[in-house]
Formats: sequence, C-alpha cells, structure tokens
Amino acid sequence: MKQFQAFIIKEFYHILRDTRSLIILLGLPVVLVILFGFAISNEIKDARIAILDPSRDELSRQLTQKLLASGHFTLSAYLDDYEAIEDRFQQGDTKLVVVYPPDMAQRYGRDREAKIQLVADGSDPNTATTLINYASAIIVDFQREQQPFGTAPLQIVPQLKMLYNPALESVYMFVPGVMTVILMLVSAMMTSIAITREKELGTMEVLLASPLRPSLIVVGKVIPYVLLAVVNTLVILLLGTFVFGVPVEGSLLLLGLECLLFVITSLALGILISTRTESQQVAMMISLIALMLPTILLSGFIFPIESMPWPLQWLSNIVPAKWFIIIIKNIMLKGVGIPFVWKESFILLLMSALLIAASIRNFKIRLA
Amino acid sequence: MNKEPAIQAENLSKKFGDFTAVDQISFTVQPGEIFGFLGANGAGKTTAMRMLTGLSTPTAGDARVAGYDVYREAEQIKRHIGYMSQKFSLYEDLTVRENIQFYGGIYGLSFRMIREKTRELIDRLQLGEVARSLVRSLPLGWKQKLAFSVALLHQPRIVFLDEPTGGVDPITRRQFWEMIYQAADEGVTLFVTTHYMDEAEYCDRISVMVDGRIDALGTPKELKEQYQVESMNEVFLQLARGQ
Repeated sequence: MKQFQAFIIKEFYHILRDTRSLIILLGLPVVLVILFGFAISNEIKDARIAILDPSRDELSRQLTQKLLASGHFTLSAYLDDYEAIEDRFQQGDTKLVVVYPPDMAQRYGRDREAKIQLVADGSDPNTATTLINYASAIIVDFQREQQPFGTAPLQIVPQLKMLYNPALESVYMFVPGVMTVILMLVSAMMTSIAITREKELGTMEVLLASPLRPSLIVVGKVIPYVLLAVVNTLVILLLGTFVFGVPVEGSLLLLGLECLLFVITSLALGILISTRTESQQVAMMISLIALMLPTILLSGFIFPIESMPWPLQWLSNIVPAKWFIIIIKNIMLKGVGIPFVWKESFILLLMSALLIAASIRNFKIRLA
Repeated sequence: MNKEPAIQAENLSKKFGDFTAVDQISFTVQPGEIFGFLGANGAGKTTAMRMLTGLSTPTAGDARVAGYDVYREAEQIKRHIGYMSQKFSLYEDLTVRENIQFYGGIYGLSFRMIREKTRELIDRLQLGEVARSLVRSLPLGWKQKLAFSVALLHQPRIVFLDEPTGGVDPITRRQFWEMIYQAADEGVTLFVTTHYMDEAEYCDRISVMVDGRIDALGTPKELKEQYQVESMNEVFLQLARGQ
C-alpha cells in the first residue's frame, strides 16, 4: 500500500508540474459550457429583415408591426422593388425579406387569399430555416386574428408544449454534450498519453522491474485522471445549474454512478490505446481521431443521429458517448430512474468489460 | 553473504513463435562479480535480461536470480534486484529528492529509511545544492550517477545495467565505472550490457551473445588469448562475423 502511495504522489507531481496542461484541463470545460451556453444558441434574436411592401395598406402595415414586435426581427430597410432584394442580401445586412402583394388588403377582402413571399438568405441554411419558421408562425397567428370570431369554417390550432425543455434552450443539450466530451478527453486521451509517456521515456521498464504489480501501475496512472474527471463533472453540473438553469431532475447519485461508468469505459479505451502505442504523439493522434471525433460528431451531441445515413447510424452504436448522452439526458432532463436507462448502462458496462479484457490480453502479449 | 551464485542460468531459452530469441544459454555469476553481457543488436541480450529480471517468462531451461526461481518467484526477484535502463530512468519533472523518495517508496522502504538514504545519497554525490531542482536541469553525467545510486537504494544483491553509459562523455564514463567498482567491492553483483568495448575490458568476466547463443565466455584476458587478438573489439568482431 505504501508503494502504491509513493506511486500516486509521483503521478500528482507529474500533473501539477505540467501547469499548462492542467490549466487547459480545468479551464476547458468552463470555457466550453459558457461558450455553448451564451454564444451558441439555436434561438435567433433581432435578425435583420427587409420589407418590400407595394401595397402599403392597413393590413400589410399591421403584419409588419407584428413581425417586428416579435423580438426575432429588426428592420433593416423598406425596399422599393425586386432588384433591391438581391442587393440587400449581397450587402449581407439582411437575412430575410418579406414581400407583400400589391393591394394586399383588397385581395384579402375580395379573394379571401393573399400571397406573401418570404425570401431568405440560403447561404446560411440553418438560420434561413429558423427565420422562415418564425415568420410563418407569426403570419399564421396574424391570419387567425384577422378572422372575425366564428366566421372561420374550421380551425385546427396546434398548441405546442416542449416537454423537458419548455423554452427549447440549447444549453440543455450542451451541458450533457460538453460533459461527455470532457470526460472522454480527460479519461481516455490524457491517460493514454500519460501511460505512453512512461514507455517513451523508458521509465516503464524500470517500473515493471520493480516490485510494483503491473495492474497497480496502471491503476496508479489512472487515479489522478479519475479525480480530475470528477472535478470537471462537478464544475460542469454546477455551471449548468446555477448559471444556465439546466435542471437535474433525476437522482444525483444515479447521475454520479453513470458518470463513473462512462469514465471507466473511457479509461479502458485510453488504456487499450496505450498498450498498442509506443509514443505520446501516436497515442494523441489515435485518441483524437478514433475517440474525440466520434464523440463529438457521432454521439448526437451536435448532429442528430436520426438524420444520418444508415452506415453512420450503425457506426454510432459503437460510440460509447452516444449511450452516455442518452443516459444523462434522461436522468437530468426527464428525471427517470434505472428502469429507463439500464439498457444503455448495460451496453457501456459490456463495452468496458470487453475493452479491459482486450487491454489485459495486449499487455500480457507485450510482457511474454 | 553465502556462497550461492548470484545468477545461475541453465539452458535458458525463449521462443517467440518460430523465432528463437535466446537459445539454451548457460552461465553462472558469482556474488560481487561484474559480469559483462555483450552482443550485437538483436542477438538476444535484451530478451535474456528480461527473463532474468522477471519481466518475461522463459520458454525452457532454468534460472535462479538472487536465489529465486525465475518461473515461480519473479516477485521475490524484483524485490532483490536493481535495474537501470538504457534510456534515462529518472523522472525529469521531479526533483532529485522526489525521485529518490519515489524509488524508495515503490521498493517499500520505510519513511525513516528513505529519509536517511536520501540524505546520505545527496551528501555522497554532492548534490546538496540541486536537491530541490528538477532533474531536467542536471547535466547528463550527474543524472546517470544519480540513476545508478537510485538503483542501489534498496540495497539489491544484483543490479542490472542495460547500456548504462550511452551518450555520456569518456570522463563521466570513467567516473561511472568507479561507482560500479565501488558497488562491487561492497558485494553487489553487477550485470552490465554494453556496446563499448573499452568498457568490456573493465568487467571481471564477459559473455558474448551471437544469434541467441553465448559463443564466448571468460575473463577479457582469456578471451583475447583464445582468439589471439589484442583487444576485446577484435574478439567481438570475430564472433559477430561468425568465425
């Protein structure tokens, strides 16, 4: 036990002496959460729109008023003709143009139909879609208000309710996502680098020739990073809760245990990588390409898995992060318990067991 | 100290699949002896050494190190040997003192013992001024001597030195060998692999490995007479060429 203690002390020296990495590892989660929480938002406010309104009557003015009062749009200009639309987009200060028909009120009154054209800047497809949706919703709403009570032939009015995230705050998604990425980074990538470092420096041979058991060497290398992962998890959760109001509906204990499970899976990945590589550089490249990229791209963190082509959907099943994100979203946002996350947890458990078995096998081959 | 040999190998072999890395080597090293272990790269030196240090299990044959069996008592062997690798074996981002404490710690020395040993070692190597500096900042020669002293920290009966003087200037090498002699005088057995033929001359006895076998074994003087040459270098070249 005292031998192990000496080993752990050494590991902490390594981490504490490498101030730059330490600052990055502690600061990165904070920066990411704040960045995703404040700066990156799916909700668009004050997008600049232009109005082309040849009719200039009561009805069109009312609708323009309503659009501008929504908070989503601010006026960039009133346009005079169609040619001006493209000029506006090319200048880049307008994202959407609302084109009214001539004699809007008359047409509406006589034909019971008026067509309004929405022209959006498609070079930025996400923004364009969102703005079109906002504008359409406001127009539908406006139309309903225009109809005198009881005159409409038939009305279906959808009443929307976003369960678990009523305001559709994107930070609800980013807190679990950032947590996943950081835990993977600290547990898998950092440990794989730390272990290969001993190999590269030649100190691994010395350690193996000492009475320290090989399994203790690996556990000792891993423990400081587990602690770091715990600290990171807490920081992300606290930031999420107190700065962004992301709830933790479910059991904190269960959430903690699931995080630990994911840390173990990640550690197993990191250890497996370190058994196959001899240099820190290679370990880092493999970690980045084989672990970090899928964790960010194929986990459903940023891109929805449902809209991926089937080979990628299939591939996403072997990405541990996918299952972990499902688990923590369920616990944090939906407040469910073990009955609803045991399947995903079991998959992670199975992955960990396989990875650890593979690492032990590799390690034995190396030592034989 | 008893008269039991420090290292005793009999027909020790190691195969990796079809490839025989070490082919039935036999030799005995007496306590306090400096035993040079020579061979070209790939001759099987490292594999042989790994078996003797308990890092790797032999395929066939017998070996006892410090009186312990390499198959069944690898843990005991590790406790009673020291090891210094060809790559530098201290941690550059730890101070001199922390390195000593770490190695003392993993060999299970008591806190009091570690404190005493640290003071003694720092005095002997005259490292008092730099005891609290990172090892990174020391000149290579100092690091080498420190690494050797650290390998002796837990008073092992045998120390394995794997090309210990690579990249060190001749003066420092000379000083390093003085430390080796001193350790041998105190009864420690030294098992040294090396590429430098002048170092081979410093050893009490030498074995030369070629293609997994020990082709020559004896004192430097005996070997030179046997091959009728002037220096160990020529002995080595003759053996390596397969004559």
